[in-house]
Amino acid sequence: MGVTYEQAQALIANFAAAVATNKEYLTELDSAIGDGDHGINMDRGMRAVMPKVEALSGADISTLFRTVAMTLISTVGGASGPLYGTLFLQLGTSSKGTVELAPSDWSEGLSAAVAAVQSRGKAVPHDKTMIDALLPASQALAARLAAGDDFVSCLAAAEEEAHQGALATIPLVARRGRASYLGERSAGHQDPGATSSWLLMTATREAFAKGN
Amino acid sequence: MKKLINNPENVVREELEGIAAAHSDRLRVSLDPYYVMRSDAPVKGKVAIVSGGGSGHEPMHGGFVGDGMLDAACPGEVFTSPTPDQILAATKAVSGGSGVLHIVKNYTGDILNFEMAADLAKEEGIEVEAVVTNDDVAVQDSLYTAGRRGVGVTVLAEKICGAAAKAGKNLSEVAELCRKVNSEGRTMGMALTSCTVPAAGKPTFELGEDEMEIGVGIHGEPGRQRRKVAPADEIVDLMATAITDDLPFKTGDRVLAFVNGMGGTPLIELYIVYRALDKFLKGRGIRVERNLIGSYITSLEMAGCSITLLRLDDEMLGYWDAPVNTPGLRWGA
Repeated sequence: MGVTYEQAQALIANFAAAVATNKEYLTELDSAIGDGDHGINMDRGMRAVMPKVEALSGADISTLFRTVAMTLISTVGGASGPLYGTLFLQLGTSSKGTVELAPSDWSEGLSAAVAAVQSRGKAVPHDKTMIDALLPASQALAARLAAGDDFVSCLAAAEEEAHQGALATIPLVARRGRASYLGERSAGHQDPGATSSWLLMTATREAFAKGN
Repeated sequence: MKKLINNPENVVREELEGIAAAHSDRLRVSLDPYYVMRSDAPVKGKVAIVSGGGSGHEPMHGGFVGDGMLDAACPGEVFTSPTPDQILAATKAVSGGSGVLHIVKNYTGDILNFEMAADLAKEEGIEVEAVVTNDDVAVQDSLYTAGRRGVGVTVLAEKICGAAAKAGKNLSEVAELCRKVNSEGRTMGMALTSCTVPAAGKPTFELGEDEMEIGVGIHGEPGRQRRKVAPADEIVDLMATAITDDLPFKTGDRVLAFVNGMGGTPLIELYIVYRALDKFLKGRGIRVERNLIGSYITSLEMAGCSITLLRLDDEMLGYWDAPVNTPGLRWGA
């Protein structure tokens, strides 16, 4: 029970598929309060990631995540590139030297990754950013695991918190990033970064549920 | 949109190929990832200086690579930050064992990407220090920036720090000098027209036939006010007042006066602007020691100008006068 290399790879493939499916939606969200390229940029990044990931042979989970990180930072651009790059880079660092991640390893790694993104982007909760989805998700995962729940239920809780977190960005006035320039006008729109983060948590739950 | 380009998608690549063809005596161009570096890099024992930013501001930064100024510059897509892999590769290529200074203009994308690259470089054992430029007095917080934007003073910092590095100053000394130049410089810009990003195909903003934007940014970001065009003397008075009041520059101060074209304004107009600036400064008892007049930090074909004043001391003056040999700035060499 835990996370194998195959499941980690499935997480990446699921996220790539989700981003491709939701490319227009993410772009539409970003057009309302950003510069309209979040869907395009993330899709370009994940499409560059897949062949690199598929070409890895004899790699471990750490190398997988690091490969994803370096590819995203060189292809996504803007702020999302460094932010998602930081997330995956930290996931790679946290999983160094392991063949399979125990649920608690995954939880700690995710929390460290979210902290790294906060440190990079300097966002705090309610700034209307990806942190508004990622932070509650990682906290729910940790809390439910500590309470003794099974891994899949914990992952589902994390996914739901990310979903609720993304929805909760709708009324917020942006205090970070491109949207913050719009001030009051950013209220009433769901944040694109929080939305793609929710897709990531869904991709995670689907990938890790198989075989757990 | 009428531009002297081929496919809009290939603008940056083709520009870099043109630079490689024109300046192979002084520069080497990497096409994967994109960066421009001095052909004799790495220069051992000297602090290396790396900058970069979106393309579309030429000659900044690629045109300032060479002896006495930048060791490398990383061009992103037009008006888009370069990515950490470019900056990391450039940093590694020019590191001469004495550390690397990153000069970063204050735009959110640039800050994030340069910070990430610096972290990755440090992981590989390269000492990196970064200094952020934020000299634009026009607005606090803007479309791409938290705080003040980094504009004209960046050119002056690259020259002055380039000379200091060549003179053998160490990394913390060069970084400290960069911070000093940034804190002693103030800028304001204005636009008579917008500009068109090739891939977008249409102007970045709308400006009426008889309107101007005071305090515009180098990507066409909004400024302080949009108003009817006025004579040059009036515009200069407005901008020079805002700049001098901000530091503030006082009677007896010695300055470098930098009148910069945004790309679409001819030299005849820049000299008319300089005339007004010179009178304004004399009227305030501020002494102009040096000047720079021309298009050095542009916004594609935007018509307009920016004014930068840098309060000088003997150290900065000496480094400004030192020889430099880059495509964009060359004297004494």
